Amino acid sequence: MSTLNDYLLHLADNAVVLGQRNAEWCGHGPVLEEDLALANVSLDHIGQARLLYQHAAAVIGGDASEDKLAYFREPHEFRNYTLLELPHRGPLVGYAAADRDYATTIVRNFLYSALMVMVWDKLQSSSDETLAAIAAKSLKETSYHLHHARDWLIRLGDGTEESHARAQAAVNHLLPYTEEFWTSSEAERAAVAAGVGVDVPALRADWDALVNETLAEATLTRPDFQGYITEGKVGLHSEHLSFLLGEMQGLARAHPNASW
Amino acid sequence: MSSTVDKVWAILEHLTDPEIPVVTLRELGILRDVREGADEIEVVITPTYSGCPAMGQIEDDVRASLEQAGIAARVLTQLAPAWTTDWMTDEAKEKLRQYGIAPPHTLPKGVSVVQFVKRKPEPVACPQCGSTHTVVTSQFGSTACKALYRCLDCQEPFDYFKPY
Repeated sequence: MSTLNDYLLHLADNAVVLGQRNAEWCGHGPVLEEDLALANVSLDHIGQARLLYQHAAAVIGGDASEDKLAYFREPHEFRNYTLLELPHRGPLVGYAAADRDYATTIVRNFLYSALMVMVWDKLQSSSDETLAAIAAKSLKETSYHLHHARDWLIRLGDGTEESHARAQAAVNHLLPYTEEFWTSSEAERAAVAAGVGVDVPALRADWDALVNETLAEATLTRPDFQGYITEGKVGLHSEHLSFLLGEMQGLARAHPNASW
Repeated sequence: MSSTVDKVWAILEHLTDPEIPVVTLRELGILRDVREGADEIEVVITPTYSGCPAMGQIEDDVRASLEQAGIAARVLTQLAPAWTTDWMTDEAKEKLRQYGIAPPHTLPKGVSVVQFVKRKPEPVACPQCGSTHTVVTSQFGSTACKALYRCLDCQEPFDYFKPY
């Protein structure tokens, strides 16, 4: 598998996995407006994933297609960040009470979109013209995702005692997973060397500044932690990805080549 | 052959956006080009949002209306330069307003993404009564390209077509 392809799949898998995760709120949102918002954000992510998969399929050639890449690869072949496959469950959610915690959803969307506005911004000057074109579109969409998540994070953090506690718990729970952003994989290093990819660790100071400033505005504390580094982007995933893919891929595998 | 190109433009001029049927694809800036290909006419369209479900419909509409006129055409999708609401004609913006959708502001130039996210949104005028005494209800409305607003004077909820 070529480097470019591996790098495109990393970007595409990030988008499709978070798109699928957030789509779980469709019909179950905490309020109608947020139900619509999350469905729209997911639609953007799935749209971005489609463009990236189409591009990757063209790079691979042969009988590769966007559907094969999305529906017929196994969990260990996915290259997304582990952060994005985790369920919407924060540590404060009891299994009996609820399946999903909106604070977890919002914190994840914030941490990821804060990174991706910077990544897409840089990728606009990628030496891969198609990727640069996809980045220019995705940047516009991701700006709105960040706007949405940041507003809600501040609202939840600086809200009621309950919302503050949940937002803080979600930050404590999810922030360690962002360590994965800052350790480059082989595919990322090769993509940077080829002028195709962006040097993500170099974005860390800007990302930190945005995160710290937003957490302060939300009256939340950034936890200290001695990290562990997840490795979803090299195919070593949590158990959650298999369940997510089981749901996402089930229809396509039960009815191969179905169309409507 | 160039007369065919003109004819195609004239036919496509009747095609409106599937979700906002008062504005044409040309006015929205989705229809980018009509040109002579090797053996058929090429129609170039550009997607709005990456995940916009109307794009498939738009492509079908273009193909169907040309087929009806007996013109063989190929529909090409072009990503760059990325579609922007700044391409909307003033005429289209006025049609949106009359339809009840507040038209998009012009995109601020030279603003970084982080500044963009933190800035106070510009006041949006209510398409019903014109008041700028309005508030955001949700940053995503009926579609990804619109935000949901409410007018504090006439109390009407309305969609705002977001600058993109």
